[in-house]
Amino acid sequence: MKRQRNFVALVSTIVLLCCGALLLNQKVSAAGEGKITGNVKFEGAPPHMRGIDMSKDPWCVKANADHPQHLENVVVATNGGLENVVLYIDGWSGDATVEKTVPVFDQKNCMYTPHILGLDVNQTFKVTTSDQTAHNIHPLPNPMINVGWNQSQPPGAPPIEKSWKNPEVIPVQCNIHPWMHGYFVVVKGPVAVTDDSGNYTIENVPPGTYTVKAWHEPDTTQTAKVTVSAGGSATANFSFNK
Amino acid sequence: MRTRLHKWFLLLGAAAFFALPLTSRAQLTTEDIASRDNMESHVAGYTGHVQDAAYDYRRYCVGCHGDMGDANGEVAQWLLPPMWPKPRNFQLGVFKCRSTPTGTLPTDDDLFNAITRGFDRSAMPIWNQFTKYQRANLVAYVKHFSPRFVTEKPGTPISIPPEPEVTPERIKAGREVFARVQCWKCHGVQGMANGPSASTLQDDLGFPIAAFNFTDGTRPKCGDTDEDIYRIFMTGLDGTPMPSFADNIKPDEAWDLVFYLRTFMQQPSKAKEIAKTLNLKPVSANP
Repeated sequence: MKRQRNFVALVSTIVLLCCGALLLNQKVSAAGEGKITGNVKFEGAPPHMRGIDMSKDPWCVKANADHPQHLENVVVATNGGLENVVLYIDGWSGDATVEKTVPVFDQKNCMYTPHILGLDVNQTFKVTTSDQTAHNIHPLPNPMINVGWNQSQPPGAPPIEKSWKNPEVIPVQCNIHPWMHGYFVVVKGPVAVTDDSGNYTIENVPPGTYTVKAWHEPDTTQTAKVTVSAGGSATANFSFNK
Repeated sequence: MRTRLHKWFLLLGAAAFFALPLTSRAQLTTEDIASRDNMESHVAGYTGHVQDAAYDYRRYCVGCHGDMGDANGEVAQWLLPPMWPKPRNFQLGVFKCRSTPTGTLPTDDDLFNAITRGFDRSAMPIWNQFTKYQRANLVAYVKHFSPRFVTEKPGTPISIPPEPEVTPERIKAGREVFARVQCWKCHGVQGMANGPSASTLQDDLGFPIAAFNFTDGTRPKCGDTDEDIYRIFMTGLDGTPMPSFADNIKPDEAWDLVFYLRTFMQQPSKAKEIAKTLNLKPVSANP
């Protein structure tokens, strides 16, 4: 009799514990999601960015007449902040496609705006053109990882909606204007790109300990460990020297 | 003298080193490829099998396309773009001549037609001396190199409305389309492949590539019927700078553009005859 009671007690404890664990688990994923913020700096003197000769297309020359364009491999703000660094969580194991916004990749004044688009896997994005000259938008993924395409966008063309199936750094180019060069950086999970003063915020991060990865073109990466509390904000700063 | 030679060797070595990743972008193992030995094709009334093409592939195709279908055959190194485009790397599953939209796999028919037709201005000859059955088997063989043919289905071929009658109005409308979507950026205002962007064109592997010159009497890469030309600009030639214009040219306008392009070409056509009476000026390169 006593043994039976013990057994029942044991079973009910286990059941209770399991329920608790399940509840807790649910709480973890449903709790106020936190964020990771920070700043990315460039160390030392910024490299010289060559000006772009757009004489191939007089429209492009005219569009940039009072604001000559330069290459965008390393864009450093006056405060030393580094633009166009992609920040994401290394080894993301949370929900698939947490980024629900539809970012826009615009062809403006014969340049890509933004130069780099950080994307979650399967996140929809839009390619638009603001220019009165024809572009062709030609991403170059490794065909073993993602499927590439090549579409024309003459003046007034409707936006193109696309997404990428697998994580990859995908260069994108315009064959008509060979200086036009950018990247789609596709990662798993939440992603952010530094703004023009090197600041970033990764939203939608559930509480937990993560490795934040910072990527700068062509393929420099750095990592930092952070712990995000429920609804809280963690900080991770980086500094690149190339 | 010695130092100069030295410099050349260094330069050659560097060139070879940097060219390497271009050609070996993907490299599957023999086992991986063999795992798709059961690939079939359904074309020209036959079911093609991989095993039945092994002899023909090894005898006729391997020299350029290579054992592994990775375009690293012995001859491939002597094919120098843009005069001689590199052979197709079948492992990547990216094909120029498709009836399907950009970014999708070609149908068995598309591959069959490509083998039959060959590629003008390239080392790929016409293979219509093969029986249809042989070609159907080769289609299966080409497909078995790429894992994409297992994980994806071919795209849905674009629908082409029946060809309308050529009229002067249609040719003029085609000229407007040519100006609006700016074909001339690469192909030139007279179709002579001398547009402002023609000189810097590169294919997906970084090799130089030439825009099609409509005026030199050669045939378009993916066939020279009116429907072929329609298909080329509406699907784009994947792997090359030629994009798809499907979002920006309506089906009816597309026929107009075909007729206008015909007026550039040396091949006799009704559109060319009519154009003689129209006295059309080339479109303006500075709109």
